Amino acid sequence: MIEPNRQGEVWVFAEQEDEHLSDVSLELCGKARELADRLNVSMGAVLIGWNVRELSYRLIALGADNVYHVHDTRLEHYRTLPYARVMCQLIQKHEPQIVLYGATAQGRDLAPRIASAMRAGLTADCTDLDIGAYTEPKTKTVHENLLLQVRPAFGGNIIATIINCDRWPQMATVREGVMRLNDADPGRRGQIVEEAIEFDDFDLSVKLIERHREKRTVDLKAARTIVAGGAGVANAQDFQLIHELAGAIGGAVGASRGAVDAGYISKEYQVGQTGTTVRPALYIACGVSGAVQHRAGMEESAKIIAINWDKDAPIFGVAHYGIVGDLRKVIPMMIKAIRQKD
Amino acid sequence: MPYQCIVCVKQVPDTANVTGDAMKADGTVNRGALPAVFNPDDLHALEAALAVRDEHGGSVTAITMGPLGATEVLRECLYRGADRVALVSDRRAAASDTLATSYILAQAVRTVGNFDIVFCGRQAIDGDTAQVGPQMAEKLGLPQITYFEQFIDLSDHQARVRRNVGNGWEVLDVRLPVLVTTLDTANRPRPASARRVMRAKRARAAAEIDREVDAAMKQATDSERQAEKDARVGALRDHGLLIEQYDLDDIHADLKWCGIAGSPTRVHRVQSIVLTKEGFKAVEPTEEGVREMIHELIVDHTLG
Ligand SMILES: Cc1cc2nc3c(=O)[nH]c(=O)nc-3n(C[C@H](O)[C@H](O)[C@H](O)COP(=O)(O)OP(=O)(O)OC[C@H]3O[C@@H](n4cnc5c(N)ncnc54)[C@H](O)[C@@H]3O)c2cc1C
Repeated sequence: MIEPNRQGEVWVFAEQEDEHLSDVSLELCGKARELADRLNVSMGAVLIGWNVRELSYRLIALGADNVYHVHDTRLEHYRTLPYARVMCQLIQKHEPQIVLYGATAQGRDLAPRIASAMRAGLTADCTDLDIGAYTEPKTKTVHENLLLQVRPAFGGNIIATIINCDRWPQMATVREGVMRLNDADPGRRGQIVEEAIEFDDFDLSVKLIERHREKRTVDLKAARTIVAGGAGVANAQDFQLIHELAGAIGGAVGASRGAVDAGYISKEYQVGQTGTTVRPALYIACGVSGAVQHRAGMEESAKIIAINWDKDAPIFGVAHYGIVGDLRKVIPMMIKAIRQKD
Repeated sequence: MPYQCIVCVKQVPDTANVTGDAMKADGTVNRGALPAVFNPDDLHALEAALAVRDEHGGSVTAITMGPLGATEVLRECLYRGADRVALVSDRRAAASDTLATSYILAQAVRTVGNFDIVFCGRQAIDGDTAQVGPQMAEKLGLPQITYFEQFIDLSDHQARVRRNVGNGWEVLDVRLPVLVTTLDTANRPRPASARRVMRAKRARAAAEIDREVDAAMKQATDSERQAEKDARVGALRDHGLLIEQYDLDDIHADLKWCGIAGSPTRVHRVQSIVLTKEGFKAVEPTEEGVREMIHELIVDHTLG
């Protein structure tokens, strides 16, 4: 843990794999830049790997003032222990006030390990980040300019704001797609700071024997239209209707966790706080109740159609078109209406 | 070689059935208002541990931290084949965030004894943070294998494991002891065995016996009640059915790392969000209504 350090930078862990920066790291640069400007401090990115120095320029173009670059053959592929060692040493050395991570397989493996070693706080899957004050309820001590870590709390329509007043750095993970990707400014200036880290035997004790990566098969973020099915679809057979409607519109299929848990479709299709965040031109929610965790992933869609037979379902609160009815009847009508148009 | 396995399990509110009064004003969960279930990923962690023991010998000890009612998941562990179970329960642990929780669980793991492999579920459905496993590993000074799917090889103090990172997989070699967080694709949890249920359904922690005796013997004197408690606890112990129970002192926890004091994160505020009704259009569930809507969407170039 480090003491609160008001001059500390705002950092992003710049996750890369096979010499590509993850989308979420790029998105986080924009947010970190904004937070750093609010706090009047610099923004830093930590880039770890082998032969990835080039990626620094991308991070600088997206807002980084300093890129802390750690270059070592042993860091070519992500492994928990040496990466955690690098992050902890750099945090201790530079005392950033905020460190943000993508809530990816890598970020969710790494960030808690660092939080534990630093005895610092960590909030998972934030849907918004802001700067604000916090007053301790008992002592009335006011802490200005803290990182407000906003995350839906389960149980209906509730959003919790989490803070960490004294055991810094303030750390959070954010899912891909939640923050907007800023335009890169190739003219921006920044510094690449070379850092060298020593490892001990324990750090290097886990050996990577084999590694396989697949191309992304489901790309919900790129879809212009998404037809999402929820638990209200009621069985795997009826889920075919969702595929048919998506086919008719030329859109992608998405799902709520209710549908994923029921086994109608696999987890990659889940939209929401712990799935993908999407902003398509049109989002059609069928048999989705509209829990806050689901809405967190779709409410910024340009147009939303909700089909639900419960007129009080919260999904109608974010919809532009609401159809109160049985999806098994309404979806075929929609397919028909679309087909008749051409 | 036999392996001593420890499994960390959690009783969670069933988030699939959340109702209105499930949240308290301070943003914490009103656990009482929700049915409690065995955290789904933890069943896979338990199964992974049982499979190691069945193949190589050794033991499986399940630990949970929670209120007294959490013994329900420990009995479930016994029904499925755990050898030993322990409850960590202490009011001073209340309001622990993931960091304080991982500290307490790490102390509990140290207390229950020697181990080769600690199994956790990937994450718990009440928060989905997936933080406690990696944080415990760090506290215990162990390497961590998150998203564990399979032991490809386990011999002596060396394991070859496969982990699934969503967009691919990895095979890693690691020396024991190690902590793994288990995916639901790792295995199919075995059902409870009827024979074990018959045997273990009477398993209780000492504090549960206290409660039962106090409720059943309201009229009795303190010493009569105490005698009954001692008798029942003794009988359970003799049959190997006494659920071990620890408080923070028993696990030598430093209170400054537990509960609120040990939790860097605080809930600043909770908001009920007001949904924007602006620009909302009710569409009749008829051919006509649907056709009109599709038409509008084509006109404004949302479709086509
Ligand atoms: C930490 C955490 C993270 C979470 N992350 C996510 C996430 O990323 N994404 C997500 O989606 N959820 C997430 N959830 C779960 C979320 O809280 C809800 O449980 C889930 O979104 C509910 O899915 P659903 O709307 O499909 O199901 P339900 O809530 O069961 O809703 C089904 C709806 O279908 C309607 N219906 C039923 N039959 C019909 C019919 N024939 N015609 C029309 N309508 C019908 C019903 O009226 C109902 O409104 C998370 C929960 C937690 C605790």
